[in-house]
Amino acid sequence: MAGITLKGLKKSYGTAHVIKGVDIDIEDGEFVVFVGPSGCGKSTLLRMIAGLEDISAGELSIGGKVVNDLPPKDRGVAMVFQSYAIFPHMSVRENVGFGLTIAGASKAEKAEKVANAARILQMEHLLDRRPSQLSGGQRQRVAIGRAIVRNPQVFLFDEPLSNLDAALRMDMRLEIGKLHQQLGATMIYVTHDQVEAMTLADKIVVLKDGMVQQIGSPMELYHDPANLFVAGFLGSPAMNFLDVDVTAVNGSKVLVSNAALKPVEITAKVGGFSAGGKAKLGIRPQYLTPVDSGGMLQGRIALTERLGSETVVDLTLGDGTRLIAALARDAVFPIGADLGLTFDAAQAHIFPQ
Amino acid sequence: MAGPAIALILVFVIAPFFLAVGFSFTNQRLVSPNPAEFIGLSNYRQLLGVGVLHLDPLTDAAGAVVLDEQGQPKLSELRKITRKNPDYPQFDGMREWFSWSSGEGRTYVLARDVVFMTAILNTFIFVLVVAPLQGGLALGLALLINQRLRGINVFRAIYFMPVVVSIVVVSLLWSFIYNQNEGILNNILSAISFGAIPRIDWLGNPSTALGAIIFMSVWQAVGFHMVIWLSGLQTISPTLYEAGAIEGASKWQTFRYITWPGLRNTAVLVLVVITMQAFGLFSQIDVMTKGGPLDSTQTIVFQAIQRGYGKQDISAGSAISVILFVIVLSVSLIQRYLTREKA
Ligand SMILES: Nc1ncnc2c1ncn2[C@@H]1O[C@H](COP(=O)(O)OP(=O)(O)OP(=O)(O)O)[C@@H](O)[C@H]1O
Ligand SMILES: [Mg+2]
Repeated sequence: MAGITLKGLKKSYGTAHVIKGVDIDIEDGEFVVFVGPSGCGKSTLLRMIAGLEDISAGELSIGGKVVNDLPPKDRGVAMVFQSYAIFPHMSVRENVGFGLTIAGASKAEKAEKVANAARILQMEHLLDRRPSQLSGGQRQRVAIGRAIVRNPQVFLFDEPLSNLDAALRMDMRLEIGKLHQQLGATMIYVTHDQVEAMTLADKIVVLKDGMVQQIGSPMELYHDPANLFVAGFLGSPAMNFLDVDVTAVNGSKVLVSNAALKPVEITAKVGGFSAGGKAKLGIRPQYLTPVDSGGMLQGRIALTERLGSETVVDLTLGDGTRLIAALARDAVFPIGADLGLTFDAAQAHIFPQ
Repeated sequence: MAGPAIALILVFVIAPFFLAVGFSFTNQRLVSPNPAEFIGLSNYRQLLGVGVLHLDPLTDAAGAVVLDEQGQPKLSELRKITRKNPDYPQFDGMREWFSWSSGEGRTYVLARDVVFMTAILNTFIFVLVVAPLQGGLALGLALLINQRLRGINVFRAIYFMPVVVSIVVVSLLWSFIYNQNEGILNNILSAISFGAIPRIDWLGNPSTALGAIIFMSVWQAVGFHMVIWLSGLQTISPTLYEAGAIEGASKWQTFRYITWPGLRNTAVLVLVVITMQAFGLFSQIDVMTKGGPLDSTQTIVFQAIQRGYGKQDISAGSAISVILFVIVLSVSLIQRYLTREKA
């Protein structure tokens, strides 16, 4: 049907190489999220799939057909833009039915499909309004409505929720998830909000500097980050990284320690460690637990944030490194006091320096 | 803070306006030893007086139609009716503007000031031709030029160049272009037709003079309006075009559904500006034809200047200005009504 394959896709503007060879396989009906820091090329990649940017090199196929040189309209894709891109001079009804108007659909067909889209998006009461009389969330709904009336095989979303406030963003996020289940179409969704990525995606693609860092399900990426970048990018608060010395290597078991850390054995998922070398130890703030005595790490409390459900403690370790611990309960920690922490070695990650 | 500006506007805009309105009700001359007198609407009556007269053929004693030498029914002489005829005081001093045969007789439209009527008619023709032509052409150029191509700025500059040159200079140059014997236009026409097209005295022929001036005027200001259209085009968000491309809009559909609606306000502006400029047609006439030949290029403003300064009849000039003001105001109001934002 409408699986999408990207093979060695590249894009350059003159001498600026923005996408540097990207391979991704997207199955029919999958919800794929592209995440990455600003400027990493997420939008560019999406726009290449849509046909709004030329492909400098590589091969893009949709539904088994190479579409490199097809114009956007022949690719069977619909796109929802960050800025909504709804037509200000048309009513909501005309906006939603725009694709059908363009295709020369009959009045009856248009009325039926627009009504259907309006029902799915719960905006029947808005159909006769002008875009200027709508809120941001309602406008985004119109843009999504325009995308769904043509019943496309593939939906492309470029940060569709980034202009909305937090509460609305959550509502719309749920609705987009629901929409995906209802329509069963392939969806590619660009965001730099990791909550959106984690909650919506079947598959997350992490990009950095125009290259894929890792592709996998949200939990794979969370629990088994392939590299330092992915480890640091997903999860909130971000993973702590400690500079550690490798004291012994035994197969995949690596023994590490440093001035502030008691020796601990970590199972490495990647190779490249040697005794006497350096490494980065990654520990998620959620996996740190305070202990009264005999902690693996010892630090001085610099700051605490009480969020009710959890308490975020900012510590300075003996060697000056900052460490964040997110403790899953409400508690008072006096600033300036010493705190011992321990963690489960199985939940820690080690990356070569 | 706004004091000086208000003072300037008062002295140079508001005061002359009220002076003109005042003068138009008097017989004030530009320089005259006699004090001006209030003469009411007489100036307006003189300028705008029109009447319709139907003349039946003359009949002899037996009631048969009298024929003239060409065998046409004979009419009483128009001159006898409009020259101090006590039976027709309302037509006194009028001249034939135009006429047509109706039935056996003839219907005449008479005007007290035929030249001024011609001037009004010419001005309206000028506006009605120039406004759509110039606006449309300028939009076409703007669409062509609104592309990200190498060297596109050269074209922008070329089209804008005539705007920067004074209209007087442009008119002089075009007088040479239109010249019957040495003009480039005739040279080109006869070259491409191998002499089949005769050399035309574009500005000296009553049937081509107004057209020639219209053509030149369109050419001269098209660049200006192109720039206004361009600025309108730039305000349309590129994502709207991208959305159109994804939905599969053709070039025409893109224009129809995205570009044109996005240019609404610009279109109103261009229309109003062109109309106002066109109603003020003067410099081209003054340089190229002086209203001739045979009054075929008379215009309202040219008449106002000619009477007010040429003939020193400042009151008639003022009355013409007031008439022009009323015309432009009404046209603008109509345009505003027609282009209003529909709720
Ligand atoms: N027309 C262009 N010419 C040159 N460089 C460009 C052009 N468009 C984009 N770029 C560059 O390509 C890179 C990727 O841009 P892109 O818009 O894809 O980033 P992004 O990942 O979507 O970022 P954001 O999260 O901020 O939207 C950026 O470094 C940008 O400067
Ligand atoms: Mg982007």
